[in-house]
Amino acid sequence: MIYAGVDVGSSTTKVVLMGQEKNLLGWSVQRSGTDFAAVAEACLKQALRQAGLAVNPKEIKTISTGYGRKNVGYTDGDKTEISCHARGCYYYFPEAITIIDIGGQDNKVIQLDEKGRRINFKMNRKCAAGTGAFLEEMALRLNIPLEDLNDLARQSREAVELGSFCTVFTATEVLEKIRHGKKVADIVKGLFLSVIKRVLEMDLLSEHVVITGGVVAYNPYLKVILEEHLHRPVWVPRYPQLTGAIGAALFARETFTNK
Amino acid sequence: MKEFQSSKLLKKIMADHFLDMDRAAKEGNPKIAWCTSVGPAELLRGMGFLVYFPENHGAMLGATRMATDFIPSTNALGYSPDICSYLTCDIGSYLKKTTPLQKAYGIQSVPKPDVLVYNTNQCRDVKDWFSWYARELKVPLIGVHSFRNIGTITQYEIQDIAEQIKGLIPTLEAVSGRKFDMDRFKETVRLSRDCSRLWRATLETAAAVPSPWTFFDATIHMAPAVVARGTQEAVDYYQTLIPELKQRIADGVAAVDGERHRLYWEGMPIWGKLRPLSELLASLKTCVVASTYCNSWIFDQLDPDEPFESMGRAYTELFIVRDEAYKERYIESCHQLFKFDGILFHDAKTCPNNSNNRYGMPERLAKKLGLSTLTINGDLCDLRCYSEEQAKTQIEAFIEQLEER
Ligand code: SF4
Repeated sequence: MIYAGVDVGSSTTKVVLMGQEKNLLGWSVQRSGTDFAAVAEACLKQALRQAGLAVNPKEIKTISTGYGRKNVGYTDGDKTEISCHARGCYYYFPEAITIIDIGGQDNKVIQLDEKGRRINFKMNRKCAAGTGAFLEEMALRLNIPLEDLNDLARQSREAVELGSFCTVFTATEVLEKIRHGKKVADIVKGLFLSVIKRVLEMDLLSEHVVITGGVVAYNPYLKVILEEHLHRPVWVPRYPQLTGAIGAALFARETFTNK
Repeated sequence: MKEFQSSKLLKKIMADHFLDMDRAAKEGNPKIAWCTSVGPAELLRGMGFLVYFPENHGAMLGATRMATDFIPSTNALGYSPDICSYLTCDIGSYLKKTTPLQKAYGIQSVPKPDVLVYNTNQCRDVKDWFSWYARELKVPLIGVHSFRNIGTITQYEIQDIAEQIKGLIPTLEAVSGRKFDMDRFKETVRLSRDCSRLWRATLETAAAVPSPWTFFDATIHMAPAVVARGTQEAVDYYQTLIPELKQRIADGVAAVDGERHRLYWEGMPIWGKLRPLSELLASLKTCVVASTYCNSWIFDQLDPDEPFESMGRAYTELFIVRDEAYKERYIESCHQLFKFDGILFHDAKTCPNNSNNRYGMPERLAKKLGLSTLTINGDLCDLRCYSEEQAKTQIEAFIEQLEER
């Protein structure tokens, strides 16, 4: 039996295929766009191709998650992304952990006990502050490609201070920094710091912190900044963008094995 | 939601309430007093006024999802989108000359007040709200200024509030043209107390496992306890509803089929989303069994032998008036009675006064009671402050968490 986890997130859709031994067979990531069902379908096909598998999709057991979890035509059940991220992270780090997931549209802080049971979770309030959408908006304002942010932030010697909660207010602050001749790299590092600050405001963190999500996958420097703040190492799972989908596949395996 | 037989009677009580008031407004008799929801309604009714509650209108505007259309007009007057959305939607509805009463009862406009009476026990917004109407309609504005955020209540506070309530009488006599009649007042206090006792008993039927009704049902059936307290009709209503609930318990009829989880709702209802929330929770086999909100209309301290003092007590001992330590003890006692396994805090953007998650209470209660808590962001009426998708995911994730315990 093959198990699939499908994570239809606000910006990207992720599919992973898993074997009976919890081995990853293949995966794919595509932009979620406007037709969640079609993208989930296309992602599955691509993951199957990547895995070199010619299986009838009917023989795959699937759990879907993410914003579009109810839109996946071929799913056999769904779970929230909070449960799936937790499960995916605990698979890589089986101890009491705090998970920080920075997503395209929201942030989550999830607390697990040593058995992997969820104690608590928090989601950011209705605001783009601290999320991927915030960085996207700022990249647009600064007229730099999104994929350049990480390297720019790394080059910075002295991050600029950005104080506001709100994305629009931050944009105004950024304009002011530009006017004062601040370096773009320092502004970008300031933006990264702002993301981390928003997350740290959400909840207390336990000793072991895991950071995950697409934003971290593309901007690994966020992890470094978080470590600087916490004065201790922060863990990142092997495939930070796929954690939710991996968690969903693990749930599929757990639910449908021997059934 | 499973229907109640009593709902027919409820509809009639509410229709009579508004139609009588509409008639009185047109005829100028009896006089109409507007009152805040936990204001001195017994005195007003006891002095012959028909009593209209703008907050009830606010809830109707919220439930019919008309509120979000009206709020911006009031914002434009300088009333911030961050203040009470009952206030902003109600004034907006007045400005737009549109009310849910038109469709529900064929009433063209909200009954005009002869006097406006507030109690600041719940918040300052109610006074600001009534002040706007006082200026607009040139109607006398009187009220009670309460102590807020109190732990232990002493005779000093009770006496002060009792005196303030007495102090309303001369204006009310002048407006109504009638002398204050102590016996009639006492009788109203008695009826209000009887209604409160019955309302408590009604709510406490949810201690049964499975519960015969949910918080969402209660937000509808609480209407007589709010708008008709002090009348025989309200007393009769709960005498009809309670046997129906008891019958459900006897027959093992659950409000939520296959009830697996029980929650407590803390904070204001999200009026425009009662149905989807109730359906979502039912699909997750979760029953919201109790709430501070519905409990807030239990005034069983009322005593016809000491009408002023007991009103002072009832309207000061209220949850919303009290400090954090009291509020926590209160929820703890509800936990013992209703046996819920989680608390859902609603952080209402425009009502800090009744959003109790903001000073660390969820964290403290989770630890103390050994249960899970969740805070969702939303609002009583302003749906611009609510993300349905996010709330849904959070609630589903919360129930998944309870399943893991
Ligand atoms: S307590 Fe809250 S909802 Fe009620 S009137 Fe005051 S601000 Fe509005």
